[in-house]
Amino acid sequence: MSNGNMNLTLKVWRQKNAQTAGKFVTYKAEGISPDMSFLEMLDVVNESLVHKGEDPIYFDHDCREGICGMCSLYINGHPHGPKRAITTCQLHMRSFHDGQTITIEPWRAAPFPVIKDLAVDRSAFDRIQQAGGYVSVNTGGVPDANEIAIPKVIADEAFNSATCIGCGACVAACKNASAMLFVSAKVSQLGMLPQGQPERYRRVQSMVAQMDEEGFGSCTNTGACEAECPKEIKLTNISRMNNDYFSAKLFRQEELHEQSHGE
Amino acid sequence: MSEFKQTFNSSLGKKLIMALTGLFLCTFLIVHLGGNLLLFKHDDGYAFNVYANFLTHFPPIEVIAYILYLCIIVHAIYALVLTIANRKARPVGYAVTASDNASWQSKNMGLLGSILLLFIVIHMSDFWYRYKYTDSVHFKEYRTDLSSGERQSIEFAPASADFENSVQTVNNFEIVRVKDLHDRVQTSFKQWWYVLFYVIAMVAVSFHLKHGFQSAFRTLGWVHRKYTPIVEFIGTWLFAVIIPLGFAAMPVVYYFTRS
Repeated sequence: MSNGNMNLTLKVWRQKNAQTAGKFVTYKAEGISPDMSFLEMLDVVNESLVHKGEDPIYFDHDCREGICGMCSLYINGHPHGPKRAITTCQLHMRSFHDGQTITIEPWRAAPFPVIKDLAVDRSAFDRIQQAGGYVSVNTGGVPDANEIAIPKVIADEAFNSATCIGCGACVAACKNASAMLFVSAKVSQLGMLPQGQPERYRRVQSMVAQMDEEGFGSCTNTGACEAECPKEIKLTNISRMNNDYFSAKLFRQEELHEQSHGE
Repeated sequence: MSEFKQTFNSSLGKKLIMALTGLFLCTFLIVHLGGNLLLFKHDDGYAFNVYANFLTHFPPIEVIAYILYLCIIVHAIYALVLTIANRKARPVGYAVTASDNASWQSKNMGLLGSILLLFIVIHMSDFWYRYKYTDSVHFKEYRTDLSSGERQSIEFAPASADFENSVQTVNNFEIVRVKDLHDRVQTSFKQWWYVLFYVIAMVAVSFHLKHGFQSAFRTLGWVHRKYTPIVEFIGTWLFAVIIPLGFAAMPVVYYFTRS
């Protein structure tokens, strides 16, 4: 093609809602610029669908600059597409070639029911966060620099964990649909810093209990989550979470947090 | 729900049980391989048969053996329970899945474990069960001349049905009468399909432990810049290479060299 634009075949999962069964529908995406983002490509396809009077493809998106965690899309077997460490909105069409067939699926996990087409309901993550992913006391005004000494390695590690945007790619990538990378990132981010210490053990127990309640699978340490995470959250977070959890449950009686169902 | 039940019914609690039973089974493999290397001695099975007799008649070993059987069963049952829960967490599968984001063995631990369970059932029914609960393993008598060290072996048919073993010294001859498990091993390892099955099972051990050993440490939360490389080294070289090779060598060597 003279202008370098691409023609693609899309196999898109279409599903009316969580109650009805979905199926793949094939669309042609023509005249796609390699400089478009993946979401812009879908915008172009949707525009033509709207012109034809058809129902546009429903997908989640918000900031389109890789920080909000809204865009999802399981593209050709990879959450957020074939490139590492980026979200779908940061994926450009130059990562594909002219004439390629692209299969687009929603995140598939029982705790993430499909809302419509490619958008899933990720409020299970919100409920896990609400179960303990916070610091209860007000931290007050801005303290003097270095009033609370935090070693740089600890600050760095906590910050790396805090970069999790909660997009759910870890669940999507995991063969067990386990949410442990997400939960462990949240547990680590707070548990490593002084402000999060008082609730460290209570937090891990509450969040794990909520994670199980939501019906996520369990971790088999395949490392697929780490490989697919757009923010490169490390698998070692899961070990840290396990360590805190077993400490609380087995060795620190004073930290034991008894959960009763329906609490 | 009691605190105990809550802990071990949680996803992390079940993984803890998988890790602990798995690691116990790993340590057993070291002992099992060490003992069975006696098969490579050219002594008409004397050392091996005496060793087998010791294992089955020394009470502390008996106790550990039953803990071991329990670990195998618990490891398998929890694997099944976790697998069912994991499948339920993804009722609709993907049309396309990538294969380059995790190792093959880490994604196929269930398949590998199933091969191993089948192997353990066949292996134990052929040796452990026959040895302990049937008369199909015959007795052998080893006569060692204590002055020259020369040893002769002959078939021995005990007079009473509940005879188990005996060691006596008569006229400067040590007479050891034990069940001849070595003969059973020799007969089994002369069948090509049996040898092939053993080799396949040991390949499964290799892949299962390549992932499993280090994964158990991760589950326990024992990850450290200092010792995780050591854990991975041991998991790879000892558990995925040396141990499976050592075990696989037994049927192969017996098939090709022993009469």
